[in-house]
Amino acid sequence: MEMIIQIAAAAMSAGTPLLFAVLGGLLIERSGIIQLGAEGVMLMGAVAAALCCIRTGSPAAALAAALAVGATLGLLHAFLTVSLRVNQIVSGLALTLFGSGLSAFLGRSIAGQPMPGAVPKLDLPFLEPVPAAGDLFAHLDALTWLSFALVIGMHLYLYRTSWGLHLRALGDSPQTADVMGIPVAAFRYGCVIAGTMLIALGGADLLLVYAPAWIEDMTAGRGWIAVALIIFARWNPLRALLAAYFFGALDALGFRIQLIGSDIPSYFLKMIPYVVTILMLMYLGWRNRGKPSGAPESLGVPYIREQRL
Amino acid sequence: MRSWTVSRLARMLWILPLLAALAACGGGSGSPGKDSGGSGSGGAASGGSGGGETGSSSGDGGAKKPRVAFVYIGTPGDGGWTYEHDQGRKYMEETHGIEATVVENVPESADAERVIEELAQNHDIIFTTSFGYMDQTLAVAQRHPEVKFHHVSGYKTHDNMTNYFGKNYEASYLTGIAAGKMTKKNIIGYVGAFPIPEVIYNINAFKLGIKSVNPDAVVHVVWSNTWYDPTVERQAAISLLDLGADVLLAYQDSPATIQAAAERGALAGGNDSDMTRFAPEAYLTNPVWNWGPYYAKVVQDWIDGTWTNEPYVGSMRDGMVGLAPLGPGIPDDVKQLVEAAKETIMSGEFEVFRGPLYDQEGNLRVEEGRALTHAEVLEMNWFLKGIEGKIPQ
Repeated sequence: MEMIIQIAAAAMSAGTPLLFAVLGGLLIERSGIIQLGAEGVMLMGAVAAALCCIRTGSPAAALAAALAVGATLGLLHAFLTVSLRVNQIVSGLALTLFGSGLSAFLGRSIAGQPMPGAVPKLDLPFLEPVPAAGDLFAHLDALTWLSFALVIGMHLYLYRTSWGLHLRALGDSPQTADVMGIPVAAFRYGCVIAGTMLIALGGADLLLVYAPAWIEDMTAGRGWIAVALIIFARWNPLRALLAAYFFGALDALGFRIQLIGSDIPSYFLKMIPYVVTILMLMYLGWRNRGKPSGAPESLGVPYIREQRL
Repeated sequence: MRSWTVSRLARMLWILPLLAALAACGGGSGSPGKDSGGSGSGGAASGGSGGGETGSSSGDGGAKKPRVAFVYIGTPGDGGWTYEHDQGRKYMEETHGIEATVVENVPESADAERVIEELAQNHDIIFTTSFGYMDQTLAVAQRHPEVKFHHVSGYKTHDNMTNYFGKNYEASYLTGIAAGKMTKKNIIGYVGAFPIPEVIYNINAFKLGIKSVNPDAVVHVVWSNTWYDPTVERQAAISLLDLGADVLLAYQDSPATIQAAAERGALAGGNDSDMTRFAPEAYLTNPVWNWGPYYAKVVQDWIDGTWTNEPYVGSMRDGMVGLAPLGPGIPDDVKQLVEAAKETIMSGEFEVFRGPLYDQEGNLRVEEGRALTHAEVLEMNWFLKGIEGKIPQ
């Protein structure tokens, strides 16, 4: 039981940066824009937070810097994909390459330096006597609570508000949305910018909470995992939470299997999260064969008013 | 159009975790091909003629100075391994008044051979400062007999290639004494970098140090399979803390383990460099390197024309290996105990790997009265009794 709680706690801490990135990507893709730039955006968010945190010593300022960088990159992606209607896959990949290169360059001077401030933890002493919940929730940091709020907020937004309905309509059929009077381009701009800010926040969370020092390429593929987890979660925020924590748990499991004293080489244990992700995607693809994938119908299609399809 | 995008994209994305898996297997440090000439082209300027003749013509003595280059696995900002090599470089530069070329973040792959090959075109001495550069260094050395190559911690040499390292296990032993005294639960964790002899004999020496003051303590080992990846190393450290460990040691170049231990009120040490500043209240101690005098000596030998390919083994006695000052939270009696043991090592009367030593299965590996030679230590591929962990074979 204790071990399960420990793994759950490790899953939450490893899964939270992913969760931000998945939620951000989900918001973007719900509007019909493919987002493959998560890896680069996370790195840029992390390096912006690191530079700012070391200069100012304030985690709040660091988060603001990450959000600002996210907004800028989001604006760029939106301008390219919505206004110029360039290939969204290429734009996203460009963002990844650009982000990983530039972040490595910007972070050179501060690589390995510890952050002077930490994201405050919200201590909830009244939870402590509660079994399981006390261990998991009594001393979480503010960003983890923010991620919970975002999951619930985004779920309510998507499925319980008319604005959410508009967004889903936008992703499925921008023509219909346009006829309904929804400003397609402006809405997409908003979603891409807000979503990219969330992805950058994921990078900042990775840096400030999870591994409090910048190192080149510190996301180590987490941005790509987030892209896969969006499909895994079938563009649903609640499933995104499960998917992110599931991956986080797999991440934490490798070392625990080593400690039990199993004979599986540690190199194989390190592959577990990636192998399981592939297997799960294959399984879901097989199980849902013939059914809609849950993807927004117009994902990846630039919208041109009055164009016939 | 529509159906193309959705289904094709969904299929395309399946490949991504696979790519990520490949990236993880390759060891996450640094994206390929990012060689940034840190100190610029200063190396070429300070050398005499461009010919690259060896220093064997000692006639002009001090007039001709070698052009020196360093290949780093990380950046000096890592606060550990590369930081100490960079300190050594600066010491050498000040001693001889030359400026070396530096290439940072060179992955231990085919990229390394390309970088070393390029440096060999216009340098006289090249230091390759990671174990994983061994074969690449050898390959380039065979093509450039006029250039001298120094590879850290390896075992392959050539007419113009040698290696250098130090008995850091002496300092690991001393760290073990501090850890054995400070643990209350008798559970000590070690975040191993890679299951290679260099890490294994340090863990064994650490265990012997613990055993000398606290025979009941058990050491649990996990392998991160990284040299520098704070996110992975932190997760490894947390798994050991969850197991109940109250003292941790890590062999990687990052302070992630110390930071994770500090959050749980445990003690920890890192490797390579004094890491007190990362979490003073949680800091134990750890082995540190001091490369400067060796780098200065190599350059001097080159100038004097006395360069040989004899491998160099440093130790605590000659100062290449040291122990970081014990953390502010360590009581004085422990400090005195460590200091006393350090004296016996410095005087040469104490050897770390002296029998009887038993392995995990209880087999006698080193008989009573015999000590392992340095060559035997370098081949160690077994854990001592009392260490919990597996070495992948």
